[in-house]
Order: sequence, then structure tokens, then C-alpha cells
Amino acid sequence: MASILVFGETDEAGLSAPTLEMLGAASRLSGELGGGVSLALLGSGLSDAAASAGPAGADTVYTADAESLASYQTDSYLPVAQGIVEQDSPAVVLMSQSSMGRDLAPRLATRLGTAAIMDSLGLEIDGDRVKATRSCYGGNARQVVTVQTDPQVITVRPKSQDPLEADASRSAEVVAVDVAEPNLRARTTGKEQAEAEGIRLEDAEVVVSGGRGLGGPEAFADLESLAGVLTAAVGSSRAACDLGWYPPSQQVGLTGTVVSPTLYVAIAISGASQHMAGCGGSKNIVAINKDPDAPIFSFSRFGIVDDYKKVLPALEAAFAQALD
Amino acid sequence: MDVIVCVKQIPDPETPAAAFKVDEAAMQVLPAQGISPVISPFDAQAVEAALRIKDASGDGTVNIISLGPDSARDAIKHSLAMGADEGYHLKDEAFEGGDAWTTALALSRAIQHLGVPDVLIFGRQAADWDQGTVGSIVAELLDLPSATVLRAVELNGESITVSRVVADGFENIDLPTPCVLTISNEFGDPRYPQLRQIMQAARKQVTELTAADLGLDASDVGAAGSRVQMHALFQPTSDVEVEIIEGDTPEEKAAGLVNALREAKIL
Ligand SMILES: Cc1cc2nc3c(=O)[nH]c(=O)nc-3n(C[C@H](O)[C@H](O)[C@H](O)COP(=O)(O)OP(=O)(O)OC[C@H]3O[C@@H](n4cnc5c(N)ncnc54)[C@H](O)[C@@H]3O)c2cc1C
Ligand SMILES: Nc1ncnc2c1ncn2[C@@H]1O[C@H](COP(=O)(O)O)[C@@H](O)[C@H]1O
Repeated sequence: MASILVFGETDEAGLSAPTLEMLGAASRLSGELGGGVSLALLGSGLSDAAASAGPAGADTVYTADAESLASYQTDSYLPVAQGIVEQDSPAVVLMSQSSMGRDLAPRLATRLGTAAIMDSLGLEIDGDRVKATRSCYGGNARQVVTVQTDPQVITVRPKSQDPLEADASRSAEVVAVDVAEPNLRARTTGKEQAEAEGIRLEDAEVVVSGGRGLGGPEAFADLESLAGVLTAAVGSSRAACDLGWYPPSQQVGLTGTVVSPTLYVAIAISGASQHMAGCGGSKNIVAINKDPDAPIFSFSRFGIVDDYKKVLPALEAAFAQALD
Repeated sequence: MDVIVCVKQIPDPETPAAAFKVDEAAMQVLPAQGISPVISPFDAQAVEAALRIKDASGDGTVNIISLGPDSARDAIKHSLAMGADEGYHLKDEAFEGGDAWTTALALSRAIQHLGVPDVLIFGRQAADWDQGTVGSIVAELLDLPSATVLRAVELNGESITVSRVVADGFENIDLPTPCVLTISNEFGDPRYPQLRQIMQAARKQVTELTAADLGLDASDVGAAGSRVQMHALFQPTSDVEVEIIEGDTPEEKAAGLVNALREAKIL
């Protein structure tokens, strides 16, 4: 019996960064709860990822390896996930606040007769409960909550937890799970990949974001040029996405991507709470805004009050020189 | 096609941060002076999606359910003014202090009470607690297929085709009816009711239903039936102090910023 069962995800690199972070959190929490850490992987071609589970902190790794699980679908994942929870009977189930976690966690929790807490930022043990701190009211408030039923299902915001130092001397017991032919009611028929140019937002050490104050889509080309100099990813506010100036996949915020780079440069963005919900975890925010009273300045370490059109060319030149 | 949409009335999520206050002891958000509650924005988009399905199919009804205190009636009235047909208000002291589970339980009972329609539509998340679970819980309770966080919904003969927003793009999904959908902001703007429609909506029927009407005991719902417990509610504080980079020209400001970033070892 494990105290904590993590539902992991994989990408080209093997276990995804949020999975490693959850294993880090699980190791920390299981020390206090007693019991081990298990990892569940659903997918196709999982052996490499499974092999890195031990070094990343898992004692047991369940692999449900089947063509039918190659990509996430509610109807195919749900019964398999349920089976793994029943086999492992954990006290706590962790999932990432990802496209999968958002969809799977509440359905799985309901099927198990319990409840899910979504998008936790902080996790702490209190007796046999995990107290989760989460953002609400568009980032204006935080609440501390526990699930009173078992198992306690919690989704975890990416970058909110620290992974362990990989320890190659550790290994996990691999348990292969049988996968029955799924009964697909909702069926994924195709996928439109967002143009994955440049650096992924969530991985970037530097993010340059633009908002409605840019005045039009053309300005994003200038942001991309600045981003090139800074080896940065380009993000945008929802206002800019809603206006069709930049693709929704680049939206930063409550309903977009959550980023926590070392440097976040917000250009012509006002700093609404729902935008800050996606970038407030950045280590340093720099704002360029013509309005000295823009809320963004109260979250920023440095600011320039001016028309971005005047500042941007000078800034790109200054960065290019400094980073030469 | 018959559609039911579940909508929630919430404090206006566009309330400026400076006007947002919580009562930490009561673990409640205080109403902001002069800013009225609104229908949760994703729920207005859910109503829009429902009206388009009804129009595309050429017949059927769009009915609205909301659980909440008196103010929930306004979310229903807004939906009716947008063009929905009938409203159902789940109103009972027993519902107070509930969580996503008790809300979903009551909504699912109300849906069964009205008859499960072809399509059930929710917002991706209520913009107060930002959880995003009620639609999925209802789908599970009613054993229906679901697709969440959608930017497009289309009627395709007897089935529904949707586009789901995922981290790296969009997925196309086909669902049979009956099914559960949750709508995201990428869906686009909902229609805004005109005065004439608001007046027509005043005459449309809103039926109130209690826990007992839905075959629920007071201990099943509200605080008594909740599975999640809140221990604290507070406003985060920011301890950064901004340094505005001064300069006579944009060039000076830019150079000053780059210098400051270097000195702070951020570059
Ligand atoms: C439920 C909900 C969810 C939401 N989710 C998100 C989300 O995920 N992400 C998100 O970003 N938003 C989200 N929003 C929207 C959010 O509330 C704001 O409306 C949005 O972030 C504003 O975008 P903006 O800062 O680009 O635009 P505005 O608020 O219009 O700000 C534009 C800024 O540009 C400045 N400016 C104008 N011209 C210039 C110039 N020439 N030079 C320099 N500065 C200039 C202005 O001073 C202003 O500060 C959400 C809202 C709701 C209700
Ligand atoms: N009290 C309620 N009454 C009616 N519908 C609700 C209520 N609470 C939540 N919903 C619906 O469920 C969706 C998701 O809510 P939540 O899971 O609370 O974020 C909302 O967008 C609504 O469609």
C-alpha cells in the first residue's frame, strides 16, 4: 500500500517535468504520512519512462502500456486509472493540472466515491489529510482546503513543487497492468498541433508577453524579435488572444498557460488578476506600460513608464549589446 | 435537440483587485461596493453554445438550471433573456455551504427530474472558486460521455463534434448524445440580451425546486454533505517594490533597465 499514487505523464524527454515535481512532493509528503510512493503511467511505449521512475522517487511504477492509451481520452483512461487506484489503494492521488488532469481528476474522484481539489499551489500534511493551498477568484484570493473522503485526489500546478535530485541507485518495482479494449463513447478523431515554433512557454527561462496595449497583431513580430535576442518564449494576455492577435496556445493566465520563468517581461499588459494568476510565480517581472498606475507595476521588480513603441527598439538593441 | 445548461451567479470576476476584499474569519468574499454579481462568463458562453445547437437542429428547448440563493435567479433571467426557454432554480437553505460534489449531486438530480436531454452544457469553471469540476462530476453521476474545455461545438447529424483546447493545440472529438460538454473562453463572445428580450424574459417561467423535490435529504447536500472542507480564505500579498527606471529618452530607459537587470544578476 502506497501512501501516495502519482498519475504521471510522459513527453519526448521521458517523465514530464510536472511528473518529476509531483514525485518530489510525494516523497516529501509520504515521509510524514508513512507508506511509499507509487507512479502510474498510462500510454504506449512506456519502458524508458518507467525506468526513470525509481531514480525520480517512486517505489512502485504501474505501467498500462497499450496502443489504445497512446493519447488521453476520457473513456479509455478512466477505467484503467480506476483499476490502478483500486490495486494500490493509496491515501492520496496526485495528478498534474494539465489537460489530462483537469478532465480525469474529477471524474475519477467521483467514480471512487471521493472528491478532487484542483490546481493546488502548496501541499502540507495535517494529521492524515493533505492541506492544499490553491488560488481562487481569478488569483485575487487563496483558499486552504482538504478532501475529507478517501482517497484524497489533488491536482498540482506545474512548477509549484520541487523534484528530487535523480538518484540512479534507486529503482522502482514495475507492475504491468492489463488493459482491456476500451469502450469509447467520446472519440478523438484528430488533432491540430499549435505551431510549436521556438521555445515552449512553460519551459522558457525568459518570457516576453504582449497585451492589448500593443494595438495590433503586427507588434507581436517585434516581440518575437526581442524574444530571439533573449532566447525567450513569447506569450500574450487573453485580451490579445481574444482579438485574434496571437494564438490561444500562447495565452498566459488563469485559463491559459502558467509560466514561472526567471524573467517575465510584460509589455502593454495591465496586470489583471487573471493574467497574474499565470505569471505571478515568475522570479522577476519587468513591465513596460505607458500608464504609471497600471496594476502590473505592483507585481514588478523593474518598470519603464513609456509608450512601448518608443522603448522596444532601444531595448532590443541594449539587450543585444549586453548579451553579445 | 434538447439542451440543459447549468449556470452560476458569481461576484463580477472583473472586479478590480483593489476593490476585492475577503472576510477571513467568515471565509467569505465581501460584496464589492457598487459592483453587481454576474452570470459566470463561461456559463454565458455555455448558454450561447446551447442556443446555437438548438438553432442548428431546428427544434428543441434550452432549459437553464442554477443552484444558489436568491441572486441565482438573475443568472437564470440573463440566460432566458439570451433566448433560453425555461429556468429552474434550486433553492433551499439546505444547499448552503455546499461544495462541488453537493452542487453536482443536486444538479444531476434536477436533470433527472426534468429528463436527461440530448446535450448538457457547463462552463469550464465557475469564475469564483476556479475549480472546474462540476460538469465532469455530473457526467460521471449520470454515466454520460463528456468533453471538457471546448472552443467549438457543432451539431453533426445525431452526434456532436467538438474542438477541445489542450496544452499544445486542439483535439477534435465526436460524441454521441446524450453527452456533457464544458465551454472555454475561446468559444467567443455570447450574445448580449437587448432590452426587449430582457422584458420578454421577465414573463418566462422560473420554477423553484427544493432538496426534497429532488429526493435529497438535508444531510446529503450543503455543508453536511460536502466532501471538501475549507480551512482558510485570504488575499495573497505581494512584497515586491517596483523600481521605475527613469531616463530622458527611451534609449536611456532601455539602457538603465538592462543595467539594472545585470546588477541584480537576472541577466
Ligand atoms: C474568468 C476570466 C478568466 C480570465 N483569464 C485570463 C487569462 O488566462 N489570461 C489573461 O491574460 N487574462 C484573462 N482574463 C482577462 C483579464 O481579466 C484582463 O481582461 C486581461 O488580462 C487584460 O489584458 P491586457 O492587459 O492585455 O489588456 P488591458 O487590460 O486593456 O491593458 C492594456 C494595457 O496596455 C497599456 N498600454 C496601452 N497602450 C500602450 C502603449 N502604447 N505602450 C505601453 N503600454 C500601453 C495600458 O496602459 C494598459 O495597462 C480573464 C478574465 C476572466 C473574467
Ligand atoms: N451553483 C451552480 N448552479 C448551476 N451550475 C453550476 C453551479 N456551480 C457550478 N455550476 C456549473 O458547473 C460549471 C463548473 O463549475 P465549478 O466546477 O464550480 O468550477 C460552471 O461553469 C457551471 O456551468
